[in-house]
Amino acid sequence: MFILLAVVVGGLYALGLYLLLARSIVQLIFGLVLLSHAANLLIFTAGVPVRGNPPLIREGELLPPEGFADPVPQALVLTAIVISFAVTAFAAVLVKRVYQAVGTDDSDEMTLTER
Amino acid sequence: MHTMLVLPILIPLLTAALSLLLQARPAWRVWLGVGGAAVHLASGVALLVLIWTHGVQATQVGNWPAPFGITLVADLFSALMVLIATLMGFVVALYSLGDIGIRRQRFGYFALLQILLMGVCGSFLTGDLFNLFVWFEVMLITSFVLLALGGERAQMEGALKYVTLNLFSSAVFLSGVGILYGSVSALNMADLAQKLPVLAESHPHLVLAVSSMFLLSFGIKAGVFPLFFWLPASYHTPPPAVSAIFAGLLTKVGVYALLRVFTLVFPLSPTMYGLILAVAALTMVTGVFGAVTQMEMRRILSFHIISQIGYMVMGLGLLCTPDPAIRRLALAAAVFYIIHHIIVKTNLFLVSGTVRALRGTDDLKPLGGLAVALPWLAVLFLIPAFSLAGVPPLSGFWAKLAVLQAGLQAEAYWAVFAALFAGLLTLLSMVKIWNEAFWKVAPERTTDSVPHLPPSRRRLTLLVVPSILLAALTLFIGVYPQGLFRLAERAAEQMLNPTEYITAVGVPPYRPHLIDAPPADPAAYAVPETSP
Repeated sequence: MFILLAVVVGGLYALGLYLLLARSIVQLIFGLVLLSHAANLLIFTAGVPVRGNPPLIREGELLPPEGFADPVPQALVLTAIVISFAVTAFAAVLVKRVYQAVGTDDSDEMTLTER
Repeated sequence: MHTMLVLPILIPLLTAALSLLLQARPAWRVWLGVGGAAVHLASGVALLVLIWTHGVQATQVGNWPAPFGITLVADLFSALMVLIATLMGFVVALYSLGDIGIRRQRFGYFALLQILLMGVCGSFLTGDLFNLFVWFEVMLITSFVLLALGGERAQMEGALKYVTLNLFSSAVFLSGVGILYGSVSALNMADLAQKLPVLAESHPHLVLAVSSMFLLSFGIKAGVFPLFFWLPASYHTPPPAVSAIFAGLLTKVGVYALLRVFTLVFPLSPTMYGLILAVAALTMVTGVFGAVTQMEMRRILSFHIISQIGYMVMGLGLLCTPDPAIRRLALAAAVFYIIHHIIVKTNLFLVSGTVRALRGTDDLKPLGGLAVALPWLAVLFLIPAFSLAGVPPLSGFWAKLAVLQAGLQAEAYWAVFAALFAGLLTLLSMVKIWNEAFWKVAPERTTDSVPHLPPSRRRLTLLVVPSILLAALTLFIGVYPQGLFRLAERAAEQMLNPTEYITAVGVPPYRPHLIDAPPADPAAYAVPETSP
């Protein structure tokens, strides 16, 4: 499981970076999406995914039962997913607007700001 | 729970929410924007006074004890940065009254500005790396919208580059946070400050890798060499008020994160600090070379941001020396430089915006003769421009002097040489703006140039008053630098001796069984003593 996740994370990073370097801005957005997924999955993997009890405390006790799963990575990933979803939605709209304003999806032709 | 720590985040949130509710009353929204910024400024002043008199303060949101809950913590450095951010928020809100058109206001400009300030203040106040990421995102998403609001072609192209590189940097940051959590099960910065020295002993390469990821991510946000290309591509495209707040605050949040993380959390080796020093020197020189080649006011100023970031990062890089007195001087110089630069750079962008409002362009070729036509504007430009270039007795002179002094004492002569060289070229490019826009005879207006309506008297007042305020502040710091320098020195002391910070956050003493391979030496478990 661990090895599999590690390979998947590495693959996502590689694919994301490859797409980021593409000239088409649509591919660029896909690259960003894959990168954020890779980061989320990395947190999940780094948080050591083990089979365990839910981290809930029974009534009348002070500690959860032994061998509970660490809830923090889930919380982190949840927050990060929400953020990356919002940002992706924004980026998708931005790409559409850029395409409308510039008339091309080739980032090499967007040199207006860099003369 | 200290309310003062929450207010700089809560006030802009409430102002923004109210402003969104007042959709039907545009006039109220405008005054709410400025009024909210004024209250925010007051909270910034109160926070600084509190920290100066009572030392480092921390509060746990939701009353969860320290390493588990969300910690807000302010030492003197945070408080200073919050104060300067609220001040810039107020000044730019005032300027926006004259600069931002009714269409952009209708799309919620003032609410966005407030949320941007909330993100900035949150980044300064948080005591937790994951929350730092979240605040970065709050700040970034609003800055994306502010940058793209208006939808002109140049804005869209600039926004695309800005968005791409900043999202990439966020992904790297998040990956670093994930690996860090996986290896020490901690994200609270005070907690990490205790645990990472132990991890660095057992797994030095892991710590090196994670610290490099943070260096890369914050380096992109701060705009250091060679990661700055998004900055000059985007900062000159939105309206002047927006580029002013971006230029003043956003890159400095990256510098703040660099200073915070690499003094408190990561135990860096002298080699890494040396690398940061080299990056700083290259940043100074490449940034200023870019500025020399440009012919448009805001483009020149954008490249200058990069070169000036180099001076601040140089303060961090000079921590490579072991001598505690020099380290303190170097950090104090960096803090002083950040404060000075935020004031001066925002002001320069505001003045260039005023020139644009008066003449319809900020390209230097069609401009000219402003010194004769508008001598007061020339004075308003000269004060921040000379301060940026480091002419005595303005604030920039003292900031540069402190950095150079620290560099000389640390015997980093090549970095000092780069700083002096960049300073000379800065002066050169400021003189270029002065010559072209203010001094030379105004060129004949060609018939095909767009006719430009000069702004009304009321609008002009709104554009000029913020610049006067900031220029006065620059002069004041220039004449009485001791006050700010003493603040900066105490901030540097707190950063170099994190014991006070860690005690204030109240994390329990480090329990080594959480790490899989603890070192044999029990002395390593103790809270790190004051670093040399």
